[in-house]
Amino acid sequence: MTNSEVILTVDNLKMHFPIYRGVIRRRVGAVHAVDGISFQVKKGETLGLVGESGCGKSTTGRTILQLYKPTAGKVYFKDTELTSLKSEQMRLMRREMQMIFQDPYASLNPRMTVRDIIGEPLMSFGVASGKQIDERVAELLKLVKLNPDYGGRYPHEFSGGQRQRIGIARALAMKPSFIVCDEPISALDVSIQAQVVNLLEDLQSEFGLTYLFIAHDLSMVRHISDRVAVMYLGIIVELTDRNELYRNPLHPYTQALLSAIPIADPVFSAARRRQVLEGDVPSPVNPPSGCRFRTRCPIAAPICAEKQPEWREVSPNHFVACHKV
Amino acid sequence: MVDHLLSVQDLETQFKTPEGIVHAVNGVSFDLSEGETLGVVGESGCGKSVTMLSVMRLVQCPPGKIVAGKALFHGKDLLQLSPEEIRAVRGGQISMVFQDPMTSLNPVMTIGDQLAEPLILHLNMTKEQARKRAIELLGLVGIPRAEERLKDYPHQYSGGMRQRVMIAMALSCNPQILIADEPTTALDVTIQAQIVELVKRLREELGMAIVWITHDLGVVAGLAQRVIVMYGGFIIEEAEVKELYAHPRHPYTLGLLGSLPKIHEESRTKLYSIEGMPPVLYRKPTSCPFAPRCAWAMERCWNENPVLESINPNHRVACFADTTNGSKHA
Repeated sequence: MTNSEVILTVDNLKMHFPIYRGVIRRRVGAVHAVDGISFQVKKGETLGLVGESGCGKSTTGRTILQLYKPTAGKVYFKDTELTSLKSEQMRLMRREMQMIFQDPYASLNPRMTVRDIIGEPLMSFGVASGKQIDERVAELLKLVKLNPDYGGRYPHEFSGGQRQRIGIARALAMKPSFIVCDEPISALDVSIQAQVVNLLEDLQSEFGLTYLFIAHDLSMVRHISDRVAVMYLGIIVELTDRNELYRNPLHPYTQALLSAIPIADPVFSAARRRQVLEGDVPSPVNPPSGCRFRTRCPIAAPICAEKQPEWREVSPNHFVACHKV
Repeated sequence: MVDHLLSVQDLETQFKTPEGIVHAVNGVSFDLSEGETLGVVGESGCGKSVTMLSVMRLVQCPPGKIVAGKALFHGKDLLQLSPEEIRAVRGGQISMVFQDPMTSLNPVMTIGDQLAEPLILHLNMTKEQARKRAIELLGLVGIPRAEERLKDYPHQYSGGMRQRVMIAMALSCNPQILIADEPTTALDVTIQAQIVELVKRLREELGMAIVWITHDLGVVAGLAQRVIVMYGGFIIEEAEVKELYAHPRHPYTLGLLGSLPKIHEESRTKLYSIEGMPPVLYRKPTSCPFAPRCAWAMERCWNENPVLESINPNHRVACFADTTNGSKHA
């Protein structure tokens, strides 16, 4: 991998949220939401980030965009290191880096018209005004396959899928090169999910966009991603190409996640042996010592409690953190 | 003719809204046999939940109203029972598990008290008997240290554990029918797998019939024996589970199956997507409700609403088109 291909580098990123208790609000601990992760995203690719709720995948996306101030670690976007930027410099960087949110109902201001929602970035960055905004908004609406005359309407007049398209149009307004898609389809109906995924793919090939696609649905992640990172309790446990991950999952957590996917084929469902994980994800306030997955791992050994497994490249482009691999 | 445990006939439910009367369920008929697992599949607003809520008489009235139909349970029409009579059936012989385990438990009652409530109410148990049975039930659904955890409040349980408690509660009076309304939708895929395996085990042990309402064709494939697909308040296809997945006939079912990404696919193909949105019906339709989104729609579909017809003993479908050569399907 040559460096010119890499658009985003995350280096040992940590995000701990402090917990305060008592009358004097003493700091008693921290939620280790993201606890030292490193990866790179190449230009034009889609990197899928999967894991169960509470594993830190959304926090990762937000911390990359500096919506949270990271506890430690560095984020390089193109040639700029983001964590040391002043807020005004970061504001300007956000033209290049955008986000699509999970909840299409909560992420659009109900008191703003579609034109104002999509046009706001154009105005606040001063790239267009008046008539130009109207033209650009109409263009963007057409791009996401909505009627360009809908600019005067309010979000409540749209369905969930249409709202998600408005959110996508807003993200595209500044012609970004990198978009964090934070579970953009989980709140949508099955038939609408496919529409939105197809739209995201079309836009990617048209504008050469790079996506970080966060989801808990492994089958959809496999469909849209070039490479997939699997997260568990604040760390990445496995990262590789999409086909390699599904053909040859090495980490026991990845294997369990894959076997938990319901498959729409009764014959296959009856035949396969499912490996069902016991219990729930432990609390990120006090993550288990050593390997974090050991409390639910079917093949845990004594060493797993003592030492955190090393992040290794076991075959070209296949990274895993497990003692038993 | 086989005697069915539950037989729903021509059920119609409507809701009064400021915009007009919404026809949520439009003449739905189906049977459920003893010990059978029936999957009810469809997208939000297709009437799948309202159908089962109507059977349980849990549709709020007003704005909702059951306009027509019958729901025969052991020969008694549930829709004609008095409020006291239906209350005896509900939670006793027929019980229900809801989608959101976070909001369907009472946050200010301990898990133990909530589990004991139906036992004392339906089975006339004493408090002590109910407590013992509650411990048994928690063990049955796989909650460790059941005795201690009875004293906990819902917020001390995780989402998956709360759903286990809901299932324990639903099973507490040995129901003949368990209605599960999207019980795993709010849960992570690993926890979903746990719950599905749990329900399969309980089904073997207790032998109740299950109605599993979901939008996820994947979950149903591994669980149900028969599947009903709903759209716009109608049943548009009904088949034995293997038959449905191997030979789907209705364009909507084809679309739903096609829009799922294939887990075995190596190269990336475009997902099939059904254009448009599910309808909200303010009038009882005189055309096929799926016609506006259908690739096979022809003139007849706009003039007439197809009725559910058998194409073989295990398969009923409501469609005029011949979709057997799937050429219009990507």
